[in-house]
Order: sequence, then C-alpha cells, then structure tokens
Amino acid sequence: MFRSTRTLAALAAFVCLAGLTACGSTPTTDGSSTPAPAGSTDDACASYAQYGDLAGKKVTVYATFIDQEGTEYESSWAQFAECTGAEIAYEGSRDFEAQLPVRVEAGAAPDIAILPQPGLLRTMVATGKVKPAPDTVAANVDQYWSASWKAYGTVDGTFYAAPLGASAKSFVWYSPAMFADAGYTVPTTWDELTALTEQIAADGVAKPWCVGIESGTGTGWPATDWLEDVVLRFAGGENYDKWISHEIPFNDPSILESLNEMGKLIHDDRYVNAGIGDIQSIAAEPWTDAGYPIVDGQCYLHRAASFYQTNWTTLDESLVVGEDGDVWAFPLPGLTADSKPVIGGGDFVAAFDDRPEVQAFQAFLASPEWANAKATATPQGWVTANSGLDASLLKSPMDQLAFSVLSDPGVEFRFDGSDLMPSEVGAGSFWKEMTAYFAQDKSAADVLAAIEATWPK
Amino acid sequence: MSTAKSTPRERRLTRVERRLIASKNRLSSPWASGIALVIAMLWTVPTIGLLVTSFRGNRRQITSSGWWEALAPANWGSFSLVNYETALGAQNKLGDYFTNSLVVTLPSVLIPITLALLAAYAFAWTEFRGRNILFIAIFSLQVVPIQVTMIPLLTQYVNWGLEGTFWVLWLSHAMFGLPLAIFLLHNFMREIPRELIEAARVDGAGHVQVFLRVVMPLMTPAIASFAIFQFLWVWNDLLVALAFAGNTPEVAPLTARLSDMVGSRGSAWHLLSAGAFISMVVPVAVFLALQRFFVRGLLAGSVKG
Amino acid sequence: MELFLHPESPGEKLLLMVIAIAIFVAVTGAILGLLSLPKRAPRWLTPLGFLAPAVVAVCFGLVYPAAVTVGNSFKDRTGQEFVGLDNYAQAFTEGQFLIVLRNSVLWVVLVPLLATAMGLLYAALVDRTRFEKTAKTLMFLPMAISMVGASIIWKFVYDNKVGLLSQAYVWVASLFGQEVTAPQWLMNAPANTAFLIVVMVWIQAGFAMTVLSAAIKAIPDEINEAALLDGLSQWQLFRTITIPMIRPSIVVVLTTVAMTSLKAFDVVRTMTGGNFDTSVIANEFYTQSFTNQNKGMGAALAVLLFVIIIPVIVYNVRQLRKSEEVRR
Repeated sequence: MFRSTRTLAALAAFVCLAGLTACGSTPTTDGSSTPAPAGSTDDACASYAQYGDLAGKKVTVYATFIDQEGTEYESSWAQFAECTGAEIAYEGSRDFEAQLPVRVEAGAAPDIAILPQPGLLRTMVATGKVKPAPDTVAANVDQYWSASWKAYGTVDGTFYAAPLGASAKSFVWYSPAMFADAGYTVPTTWDELTALTEQIAADGVAKPWCVGIESGTGTGWPATDWLEDVVLRFAGGENYDKWISHEIPFNDPSILESLNEMGKLIHDDRYVNAGIGDIQSIAAEPWTDAGYPIVDGQCYLHRAASFYQTNWTTLDESLVVGEDGDVWAFPLPGLTADSKPVIGGGDFVAAFDDRPEVQAFQAFLASPEWANAKATATPQGWVTANSGLDASLLKSPMDQLAFSVLSDPGVEFRFDGSDLMPSEVGAGSFWKEMTAYFAQDKSAADVLAAIEATWPK
Repeated sequence: MSTAKSTPRERRLTRVERRLIASKNRLSSPWASGIALVIAMLWTVPTIGLLVTSFRGNRRQITSSGWWEALAPANWGSFSLVNYETALGAQNKLGDYFTNSLVVTLPSVLIPITLALLAAYAFAWTEFRGRNILFIAIFSLQVVPIQVTMIPLLTQYVNWGLEGTFWVLWLSHAMFGLPLAIFLLHNFMREIPRELIEAARVDGAGHVQVFLRVVMPLMTPAIASFAIFQFLWVWNDLLVALAFAGNTPEVAPLTARLSDMVGSRGSAWHLLSAGAFISMVVPVAVFLALQRFFVRGLLAGSVKG
Repeated sequence: MELFLHPESPGEKLLLMVIAIAIFVAVTGAILGLLSLPKRAPRWLTPLGFLAPAVVAVCFGLVYPAAVTVGNSFKDRTGQEFVGLDNYAQAFTEGQFLIVLRNSVLWVVLVPLLATAMGLLYAALVDRTRFEKTAKTLMFLPMAISMVGASIIWKFVYDNKVGLLSQAYVWVASLFGQEVTAPQWLMNAPANTAFLIVVMVWIQAGFAMTVLSAAIKAIPDEINEAALLDGLSQWQLFRTITIPMIRPSIVVVLTTVAMTSLKAFDVVRTMTGGNFDTSVIANEFYTQSFTNQNKGMGAALAVLLFVIIIPVIVYNVRQLRKSEEVRR
C-alpha cells in the first residue's frame, strides 16, 4: 500500500485525543440576568422580610414532583419569590433518583434537591457535595419537628436536611356504608381485625381484603410497607429499629413471626384477593387500582397510605373521600386498643450550595409559613409533620386525619424501613422477594433468608 | 424520473412478458397474501387495542373490562375524547414541547447522517491501513449503553457551560447515532457497483466529486431508511434529554411532558394512551413521507460483476 | 449570546436551529472544499478528511465514556478504590446470575433471528403490491410508539383480566367446553421470558423490514426478470436470488438488532421490573448503576454486555473479510 496511509490510524487516534483535551478548558458562560420584581411592601410580604432582599438571585430546585403536584409546589413558594425578588427555578422529574447522582457527580447539582427518602440523603452526603443545614433551618426544625424527624435528616452527627412533606402509611381503607350495611364496626385491636376478617369471610358476601403490589419498576414496595407495619406491631419498636440497622438479621425469628402474621391475613385464599383473582394476582394488580373493588362491593378492606386518597379520584372523579363519603380509612390497629403504631414516610430538603439566597429558601421551606402556603395550594394528598402547620388549612379530611396522626405525641412513629435500608435491600431484594412471596408462593422463611443474603457486607 | 430511466430497459421485454412478470411479481398466491395478512394483523391488533383504549375516557373502565368489549355497538356511547382533551389541554403547553422536539430532532438527524455518509464513503471506497479495524471498532460501539456516557459527558458539558442547552442534545444524539449510521450506510455504500466509481475516477473526478455526484444520488433509499430511524429514536428519546438538558419547558421534548402526565405516583397513566398517539403522529408522517424515496432500481442499469 | 444558549420563544428556538444547521453545513462544505483543492494531494488526505469528524465524535461520545467504564469496573462502588476483579467475581457468584445470563443469551439470539425473519418475509411479501405502503406502515407502527406507549399496549395483551391473550385463551378453552381462568402470563418462568421477547420482536421487526425492503429494492430489475423468465417460482426467486443478493444487509440487520436487544432493558423493566426470573444483564446494569448506586458493579455488567456481543462482532469480521475477497 502507500507509505503515507499507514499514519491514518495513528492520526485518527490523535484527533481523538485532541478532541478530548479540548474538553478541559472553556469558561462557563452563564449570562443570566433575569429581572426580578422589586420586593413589594404589602402586608402579605411582612413575614418574608426576614429573608431579606434577594432580587436578581436565583435558586434551582430539583425534585420528584411533576404535573399537577409540581404546580402545587411551585405555587407554594410563589409568594416567597414575589416578596423577596428571588427566582425559584423548579424542575421535577420522574427519573429524579437516577438523575440526581449523575448531576451531582458531573458538577451540575441543583441548589436544592428534595429527596424522597433518607437513604438517598446518605448516598448524597457520601459524595461530599451536600452542605450542612444552616442554623436558621436547624432552629425551625428544632421548634416544629420532633427529634426523630430531625434525626432522619442527620448523617453521622451532622444535620443536613430538614423534613418537608410527610405521609402516614398505616391506614386501612373501607366503605363506611358497606360496614354499616353488614353491621361491622371499625376494629381497634389486631385481634378485632383478625376476627373481622374471619367474620367477613364467613358471611361470604365478598372476600375481606384486596391487595395489589404492582408498581412498574418498584413492584413489591406496598408489600414491604405491609410487613413493616406488622413488624412494628409484633416485633415491637425496638426490634424494628434493630432490624432496619441490621443489628438483628433480616430473617430474625421475630420478623419471621411477623411475616407469618401478615400471611394469615393476606396470604390466604379465603381472604384475598377480592374481585381480582388468587394470591398470585396480588403481584400483578397495580397498587394504584387495588383498592377499587371496595367501591364495587367486592372487598371490604385495603391497607394503604394516606396519599392513596388521590388514587380514588383518579379512578373515578365522582368518589367522595370522607367519613360519610364513599370511602374512608381507619388506622391499622395495634395489638392493644391504646397502642398507636404508625409507619410513615417523608421527603427532605438537601442543599448543594450555601449561597445566602439558597439558605434563605431552605429556612423558608422549614417554616410554618411554607407549610401553610403548601396546604393552601393543595386540594388533597399532602401533609407534613411540621407542628406549626395550621391544620384547618388542609382541605381534605384525609389529610387532616393524617396530620392528626403525625402530630399526635402518643403515636409510636417509625419511618418506612425500606427507605432507611441500603438500596440493595430497601429498593431491591426486599421488593423482589416480597413479590416472589405472592407470585411464586415462596415460603416466608425462604423470602427472609433470601433478603438477608443480599444485605451488603 | 424513475420512469424515464427505466424506459430503455423495458424495451428489452415483450409486452406479454412484462405482463407475465407483473402478475408474478404481485402478491398473487393466496398463501402469500394470507401470510402477509396474518403478520399485518399480529402487528396491528395490539396497537388497535391502545387506540380504542385512548377513546375510553374513564380510567376505571379501562382496567375493568377488555378494550374489545367497548367495540360492541351497545357500548359505543362510552367513547369520548376526554383523554385527548386532557392531554392537549392548554395547561400542558404541548405546542411548546412540540417545538422543542422539532428543534432537537432535525439537526440530530441531519448531522449524524452527513458525518456517517462521509465516513462510510471513506470505509467503502478509499484505501488506508487499519481500515477494517477502525470500521469494526466503530460499529462495535453500538453496544455501549448510553447510560455509561452520562457522567463523563455531562461533566464536560458543565465545563463548557453548555448543559441544559440544545447544543449538547444535538451533539449527543449525533455522537450516539454515528456507529449505527456508519454501519448501515457503509453496507449500502459498498453495494454501489465498482465500475461506476472507477469510471468517474478515471474521468478525473476527485473523491469529493465522486461522493457528491455519483454516490449521494444512489444512496437516497439508504439515507431515507436510516433517516427514518434516527428521527424516530431522537423523537422518542427521553433519556438523553433528561440527562443532558433537564426536564424544563425551555428544552424538554414532547416525550418528557407525556411521561409526566401520569403524575408523580404514576396513577394517571390512562392519559398516556392518548399521549402515545399524539406523539406517534409525527414519526408516522415522516415514515410515509420518506417512503417515496424507497425507489426500486436506482442502482439498476449496471449489474455487479 | 442569550439566543445561542437559552432561546425563549418558539421562534427563537427555530431560528437557533436554522443557525446551527447553517453552521454545520458551512463547516462540512469547507472541509469538502479544502479536500478537493489540492491537485496532487497525498492519498491519505481524503480518508482522513472524511473520517476525522466522525472519529472525533465517537471518540468523545462513546470511546472515552466506555474507557472510563472499563476502568470503573475494577473499582469499588464509589469508584475510588481499586478492587481488581472483585466485581466480576461477585457478579458471577450472585444466585440469580445464571438465570440473568441465560435470559440475555436468549434475547440476543432469539430477538434478532425472529425480528429479521418476520421483517424479511413481510418485506418480500408486500413488495410491489398495491398495498405496499399501507402494509409497511402497519409493521412500522410499533417502532413509532414510545416505550411507555408500548408497555401499555402489551399490558392490554398480557393482563390477566383485560388482556387480549387472556381473553383468547378463555375463548379457545370454552370452545373445548373448558371453563378456565387465564394464567398470569408474565409470572411463570421460563415462558414469561418468551412473552417479553415477543414484545421486543414486535418492536424491532419494523426496523428489519424497512432496511431489508430498501435492500430488496436495490436488486436490479433485470436479475428478477431474468429469473422469472427462466421459470423460477416466487419462492425459488426469494430463496435463490433475493436472499443471497441482500445477504450483507441481513447481516447488518441481525447485528444491529442483536446489539439493540442486548442493551434494552425498558421492556423488562416496565413489564416485570426484572421479577419472576425475567431479568437480563442490561436490567441488572441499570439497577446496580442507578438504584444501588454501585458504580463498580454497574460498570462490570456493562463490560459483560460487550463480552456477550463479541461472537456477533467476530462473525461480522469474517463476513467483511469474505466480501472483501469477492470484491477484489
């Protein structure tokens, strides 16, 4: 061939490298100069004066809330933006949990990220990019939240993230009218719940429970909530904490007992799966739809979180959620009538920058003013554990019920365990194996042993 | 154009022969038509299910009875446009997202095709050492999952101050599309009869002239078929857009908006059935429009030796 | 500058797009112009000029990230510590791994073969018919639907209650006087993997059909005419003329579909979430990289994708050599 052509491959490699080295040094060109409205001095703005004049400043916020829910959040801080002059640039994404770490590592972290679970906070803190919460935020959290909520936002002794929204998960949805027709009463102890389940099965009008744990890529999570609820009751709060921190193995006998107790209710052909199918159908039924057979009179009980209320109206706009409505919920009973164990979840505000405007916004999000603004902006399906919230602003009765549970000091509250476990377990094997428990009839002992085997060493 | 070209060839056959060929070429055997029909059905019926579903308004209806039940005349009354109305509703600003999709897509199709044509020509019709190895290396890159590129590329884009702009989307789509484009176009490029290229070269044309005057016109069907797919991938892309540009109304494409319609907890997915069809209109139109470039016999006239 | 980086109105965006295209056309034109200028240019100049833009682009966009990935596969979950082959060792000893590997191999073998066979058959059958355009559009449709749309479509096929397959099953059973309820198609291994593969074949056949149709149309008419005059039947023509003539395109399509189906995890992820023994390597890769934030393991699995595809690449190399010899 030709002498000069042999260089081509080498040249190709060279341009390749040249292309790469050219990457290193180009100055950032961010000529954003958005004119902000001058802070008005209305009364409405009086409570915002503490955050100072932030005209021309911009805070980027990244979270999971999209569509309608995203709009509600944006309007909750619209007044803040107007009064301080700051621009709050919000971006919501369903892909948040995959994208956030990418952005953080690539140097494109948002100023503020609203993390849907404390496990992600730990991962993010490990990158070294999360800023500790400023004193203003800590002061608000100390004043309006319980110590345990502050602890969820704390990693290795440093407080990073104030809680934002919350949810209470230990509810059983039912139809008050159907209960009245059949003469059932709301159970207040676990034994009463078991007795009611047997009673309904014996009456034979419909099966007691309807369950669905399909959730696309997250299939199985509703079943983990179920189990956590039972663990908190049968193994107790202390063992629950040890179980989550892996001080006792995942398949500790107390956990096996709990899973068996849960199985007595919803892994039994006599009790499930009303209007849907057999036990296997639990794994196929979307959790979003699973409660609906109640409306058709095909089942009586459906355990789901407070936020499930929006699912009713998505399915059928005409449904009324309320004590005298079509569907309502009672707290999943404890072992005794005076115990009130509750599983819940929540999201947390982490900051990747400590500019004054970012910290001001953080402090605002931790304040009762924001909670009230959010309550005003939300028709249904949002609640917080911020005790400064004016409960009368919550528009839906379910949100009020959930708030009363979350702010009740008599409640034995525990955070959703799968959110606190390492993601290999909490967002992996726990979901998977609970799914196999229903779909493939895997034994309770095998399920727990399989999860234990995946716990990172 | 093509009729003019084919006239001299047709003269070689008698009219009877041509008719014979024409009839034989048609899908004449009942078996053949039967098989084609069955395949067409298999490929279409699932989509029809979605189409019917998109006109069934209530989410509850959709998940409680099969879509075929809605086809019974007694149930026609339940059809409604409500999903489309919601999806196209003013608050969704689909028009803005539509513009974004268009702005993202056109350069993202044009750039890789042009670069790939040049590269494919070099691989097919020029000689240099290491040609095959380089070619294999490039088409093997198809197997690299786009997810592994996210952190390294975004880091550079942030360095350049270009994250969140259309520029990085164009660049990314072009880069990701190249291996397949080169692979596919090279295949068609090599089918061009050697005599055509050599004749032009003997006449004193340089590679650039051969590329522009001889090769490009012959590549039309291949370009059209690749263009369709590159268009489709970019149009339907969600990952690249979310990773490099973000989910903001300034740059996010239609797919981002449609996938958001299901809501944070994924419960309103019945709107997606309508959304899927809205988003499908453009690719299908492009397919239909480009189909006329699948012309028979552009390379005819000189049989390969 | 604001227009160039952050155009606001649709008009500005379109304008920016036109400007970008114009810049690109101008640069390309300049390169071609420069290449055709010198009268006695060295022979290597043309290939260099033609290849450089594409090579630079893939080096930056794919080779460099791939190299980073290979490096990460030898590091721990945060990408800090060097751990040697630990990630690979762990991947191979994971309980489910053999099933995942088996599924990936099934995908990478079956999807290309079936999709190409269907696409080729269909392209040949509808070629030159009156319905060609409509018929081809029908098989193309699945490609035009986004992944989210496709997952809903197949929910309405496989769903136990409102799925067409389930209904057909019940209907057929009732013809034989049987009262049955449909099984959970996607839950019972190993058939569920086959059901997922069907979805991927359904999506990819449109690609095979379009490319192969273009190839069929590139066969000179004289060849078909001569063969038909020789008395070959349609089937003989297809077997002895069409397939050998478009063989290179078939190889290209098989290869492309193989690589696509190996990387694809959306079908598995959206339809079963990788449960019920349906997971594939690509899905595990995604889970490790993004759900578990285990960078090392995710990278190792991405490298495994490449290892699995090596036979396909070797096959292509041999085809390339063979056709090279024919051309000489």
